[in-house]
Amino acid sequence: MATAHAHDDHHDHAPGFVSRWLYSTNHKDIGTLYILFSLFAGIIGIGISLLMRIELQQPGMQIFADGQSWNAMVSAHGLIMVFFVIMPALIGGFGNWFVPIMIGAPDMAFPRLNNISFWLLVPAFLLLGGSMFVGQGAGAGWTIYPPLSDSQYQPGMSMDMALFALHLAGASSILGAANFITTILNMRAPGMTLHKMPLFVWSMLVTAFLLLLAVPVLGGAITMLITDRNFGTAFFRPEGGGDPVLFQHLFWFFGHPEVYIMILPAFGIVSHVVSTFSKKPVFGYLGMAYAMVAIGVVGFVVWAHHMYQSGMDVDTRAYFMAATMVIAVPTGVKIFSWIATMWGGSMRYDTPMLFAIGFIFLFTVGGVTGVVLANASITQILHNTYYVVAHFHYVLSLGAVFGIYCGIYYWIGKMSGRQYPEMLGKIHFWMTFIGVNLTFFPMHFLGNQGMPRRYPDYADAHAGWNLIASLGAYLSIASFVFFFFVMWVTFRRGAVAAANPWGEGATTLEWQVPSPPAFHTFEELPRIR
Amino acid sequence: MAEAAATLARRNRRTLFGTMGFVAFMVGVSFAAVPLYDLFCRATGYGGTPMLGSAAPGAMANTTINIRFVASTSPGLPWHFVPQQVSMPLALGEEGVAFYTARNDSAAPVTGISTYNVTPDIVGRYFHKTACFCFTEQTLQPGQSVDMPLAFWVDPKILDDAQARAVRNITVSYTFFRSLADAERAGALASAGVHIGAGTTR
Repeated sequence: MATAHAHDDHHDHAPGFVSRWLYSTNHKDIGTLYILFSLFAGIIGIGISLLMRIELQQPGMQIFADGQSWNAMVSAHGLIMVFFVIMPALIGGFGNWFVPIMIGAPDMAFPRLNNISFWLLVPAFLLLGGSMFVGQGAGAGWTIYPPLSDSQYQPGMSMDMALFALHLAGASSILGAANFITTILNMRAPGMTLHKMPLFVWSMLVTAFLLLLAVPVLGGAITMLITDRNFGTAFFRPEGGGDPVLFQHLFWFFGHPEVYIMILPAFGIVSHVVSTFSKKPVFGYLGMAYAMVAIGVVGFVVWAHHMYQSGMDVDTRAYFMAATMVIAVPTGVKIFSWIATMWGGSMRYDTPMLFAIGFIFLFTVGGVTGVVLANASITQILHNTYYVVAHFHYVLSLGAVFGIYCGIYYWIGKMSGRQYPEMLGKIHFWMTFIGVNLTFFPMHFLGNQGMPRRYPDYADAHAGWNLIASLGAYLSIASFVFFFFVMWVTFRRGAVAAANPWGEGATTLEWQVPSPPAFHTFEELPRIR
Repeated sequence: MAEAAATLARRNRRTLFGTMGFVAFMVGVSFAAVPLYDLFCRATGYGGTPMLGSAAPGAMANTTINIRFVASTSPGLPWHFVPQQVSMPLALGEEGVAFYTARNDSAAPVTGISTYNVTPDIVGRYFHKTACFCFTEQTLQPGQSVDMPLAFWVDPKILDDAQARAVRNITVSYTFFRSLADAERAGALASAGVHIGAGTTR
């Protein structure tokens, strides 16, 4: 490395505050920035969901002025959670922290590109956050379908701000993905073949390829939307020969791989945690790795199952239905391999393991409702009802978010040098587990009763389950506040973490360096046997 | 060591260019999707896009099908636009003619253009239009009212299609929009406040 000898005189010399955190090129520091950013965005995103649940606690309008302000909040909640909470935490945060360490690389391949990736997110988030306060807000949902998102129905600058925010966030993801691919393909330590890579690194590799192929299509689609809105083009305007349904195709060609982008890194984390706390190597390692590859590949040819109502003929729907259900196969391989890893293992139920088991359980519930929704005939009834809301919150809000918590508790000792208090971690888990299930399970019933999504009001018949969902949401939000308390206690009074606090089950390279790792992790590249 | 570092840097740069190539390709594909999707819909009748042009072969089957007509108007267009008949029976292969009426309710000449499709979507490839007001832009003077004709026929091959055979009702739908050029000319009005024509049509 050309820059390596600049620090030769001080082995663990970190630069000053501004150059360390603002001009940061160190993968661990950038990872930390991503995680802090994600937690901050999480406060905003969860704050919005608090407002939403207050509104939905009873029938009638409670705190929102009108449908547009409600729509603006719903859209902001979705976009913030997807682009500024889950992706930064799982990909930018844990990915940056642990991919280089796990493959025995000194840093990411392009450290300064890494810095740009992070700092593009900040203006993106400011633009999206600002869009809620400009004009009447960007109220087209996170799917930003035209004609609702065009200049006729969302006049004013707020929609353009949200679209430009997506552009910046997309550029950030693409640069990050290119960086991960280069790092993983070229910078593995001697002996670290692809088939010896830890599963978390595999998950990041597949995720990075999905990002690389999917996000540019979103970029193209929203560029067309922006020119339709501002420069008189007619990509999606029927009066000029365009077709709004084309936007749905482009959006979901990005949008469906996007949901795997959010969940695959969590798969990787859960694999490590289950193996560590069962004191067994993960069952079916190669099957696990290639199941993720299969999910990624098939994820690109199922997008129109989000569009069963857009006027597709029966044969097309039958194809998308079958292809969608095929995804249940590699997903099932993963679920059963996790169970087989635990089977006969010497298990310890520490907080990360609780979150991992919670993840497996809740993700399976979300997967099962996903198979239900994959049926074009059933979706005829359930399309755009709360059943769909329940489904994707089970896989994302409970799946991906449990993956984030799982990773934080698993690695906090490694990242900060201080171990979390076990008792408080367990209390946090149970509060979250009960809270989110209370919030989202009743939504299945609401959906089956026909309650449509994206409305601030509903028929009186839906009042009961909505009240329970709101109470569950308050508990979930309380658990999020409690999480910050746990982190505060960890940093103030947490026990000093050993290099490997988990014992013999934790076998990946990050447990062989001190906690926290030196500013430059590997002075000499490790050799993998 | 320096040798190895230089080799690695070269390899990394090559991989980066490769990934950026992927990105450029996918952006290109997303824009190429625009004309391709349009072509695909026209060629296959996908999403209820009717076939255009070819003349009717004349009635061949004694099966008749009911054709229904609906009209809608974009809020940006100050027109009153309705079909003159709710429905009409039509023998397969026979050419039918129907009329819509459009009236300009605003105080200025307005140019509109319509989009069209047929429902159920599956019959798009069997529904042929030989003449239609929807093929060109229409300009109406203030207060002017015109009859707009369309001629069409249903291909008897519909009876050979297992999925479309049972269809007995076909709905022909038109939506009139203000043409882009006209909307641009009226742009000063639009940005002045309420939607153009909002006061006159609603």
